[in-house]
Amino acid sequence: MKTLDPLAGPIAPGVLSKTEQELRTAFLEEIDRIPGGGRLNQCIQCGTCTASCPVSHAMDITPRQVIAMFRAGAIEELLESRTIWLCASCYHCTLRCPAQIQVTDLIYALKRIAIEEGIFPKRFPVHVMSETFTKNVKRYGRNYEVGLLLRYFLRTKPLGLFAQRRAGYALWRHGRIKLRPDKIKNIEQLQKIIAKAETFDLPQEKVAREKVTAAVGYESIGR
Amino acid sequence: MDTRYTYYPGCSLHATGIAYDKSMRAVFKKLGSELSELEDWNCCGATAYMSVQKTVAFAVSARNLALAEKTGDDVVAPCSACYYALKHTREGMQGDPELRVQVEEALAAGGLEADLSVEVRHPLEVLLTDIGIPRLVEAQTHSLDQFRPACYYGCQIVRPFGAVDEDPELPMSMENLFTALGARPVDYPPKVRCCGGMLVATMPEVATELSTDLVDWAVAREANCIVTVCPLCQSNLDLINVTKGGNGVSHQLPVLYFTQLIGLAIGCTPEEVGMQHALIPPAAEAPPVRGEPLTIAGLREG
Ligand code: SF4
Ligand code: SF4
Repeated sequence: MKTLDPLAGPIAPGVLSKTEQELRTAFLEEIDRIPGGGRLNQCIQCGTCTASCPVSHAMDITPRQVIAMFRAGAIEELLESRTIWLCASCYHCTLRCPAQIQVTDLIYALKRIAIEEGIFPKRFPVHVMSETFTKNVKRYGRNYEVGLLLRYFLRTKPLGLFAQRRAGYALWRHGRIKLRPDKIKNIEQLQKIIAKAETFDLPQEKVAREKVTAAVGYESIGR
Repeated sequence: MDTRYTYYPGCSLHATGIAYDKSMRAVFKKLGSELSELEDWNCCGATAYMSVQKTVAFAVSARNLALAEKTGDDVVAPCSACYYALKHTREGMQGDPELRVQVEEALAAGGLEADLSVEVRHPLEVLLTDIGIPRLVEAQTHSLDQFRPACYYGCQIVRPFGAVDEDPELPMSMENLFTALGARPVDYPPKVRCCGGMLVATMPEVATELSTDLVDWAVAREANCIVTVCPLCQSNLDLINVTKGGNGVSHQLPVLYFTQLIGLAIGCTPEEVGMQHALIPPAAEAPPVRGEPLTIAGLREG
């Protein structure tokens, strides 16, 4: 299931591959936790989201197609797309959607599943940024821009660091670069909070899925 | 007036957004409002955290709300991403009892509790509502009539939660504010478009395209500076001056924070509002309408 061939979606109407079923379950659980997430079935495929999106021209799958492909049962392709990592979370699509679909939050849900399942577009390691960011916060309680960028570039594209040198120098010369990370005093407290919260992000019970599947009307391809 | 606020600077205002931090403090001080930095605040969670784990993102953000409840003053978050993250956490917990129970349990593990009693606000809205344009005009000492700002709002303070109650497609609050202070804001159609945000690091080609476009618009409308409300917008647009946009043209257009302009108008010095941190300092001056002229040298040298 590597191509964007629309026929590579459901194997037959109502029949999904095993991965697809698992991903779908994970996604439905995720959207169950987004206020209004179940409105997904109200999409009229008008394309307002795509037209409002500042980066849709650089996407391989447009925001409208994201909804369509989910409904067609092609989540795996969605997770491999550049699209979910290109979304800048600007909320323009969500603001303008005539069906009040939380497009931005749905894309967030896809990002979370992609990280959890380890499915990413090839040679496109944008998710590394999110992961480095969360590591930073766990260690220091704050986000340290320089450290974040250094680690990101070293892990993904060391040459990118060279390309950014002029920007870095200009900022440094104007006193806008910190050379040491800030660390909060009560980091133990924050770490305890994170550890506890993490237990809730573990895969939820199947019960939730049944509820959502019925609510959004995907009985035929949902399970 | 003894209004007090809890100030949540967020990570950027301690580094690339240092000028925003300085000008915020200077303006609030000048206007007699107390801004006290939230003790031991942590990262707001921002967009990157949301992509990884949902409950953790809420819990990390909620620790700040819990800490802020100790004084009970409204939280003022200048960075658009922090403003959004904190507000989203508060509203998300209020609207989703299950999430609220989980986040409360997580906070309890750290000995904290949050009753969500404090509001999360953006300084633009605080200055417009609590202080108001009439009082700002009353406090004015220097004219902004040489400034023709392109007022740029960006994304997360207008949507999904509008910080200021106005049309999310065509906000006018900054234009009204600066017109009242004597400036001549230009018509700036892309004012709510995205600057590229964190894509500047992950997908620089795409982000540069977006930022360059925003700068080009401002130049085409004959603005002599861009005024922003967010540290990420400011640095993304400011860096176009250095790295040159996709079209290879460098416009050398100053990109300022709205608090810097307000600060100049009410008599803060260019140093106090952090003008020395702008990659391109403004060429326009703020002549006195009363009181002393500002040492414009500081403004020019950068
Ligand atoms: S704007 Fe809303 S209804 Fe229209 S295609 Fe996008 S998600 Fe569907
Ligand atoms: S939130 Fe993402 S998908 Fe929606 S308009 Fe903005 S960049 Fe495009």
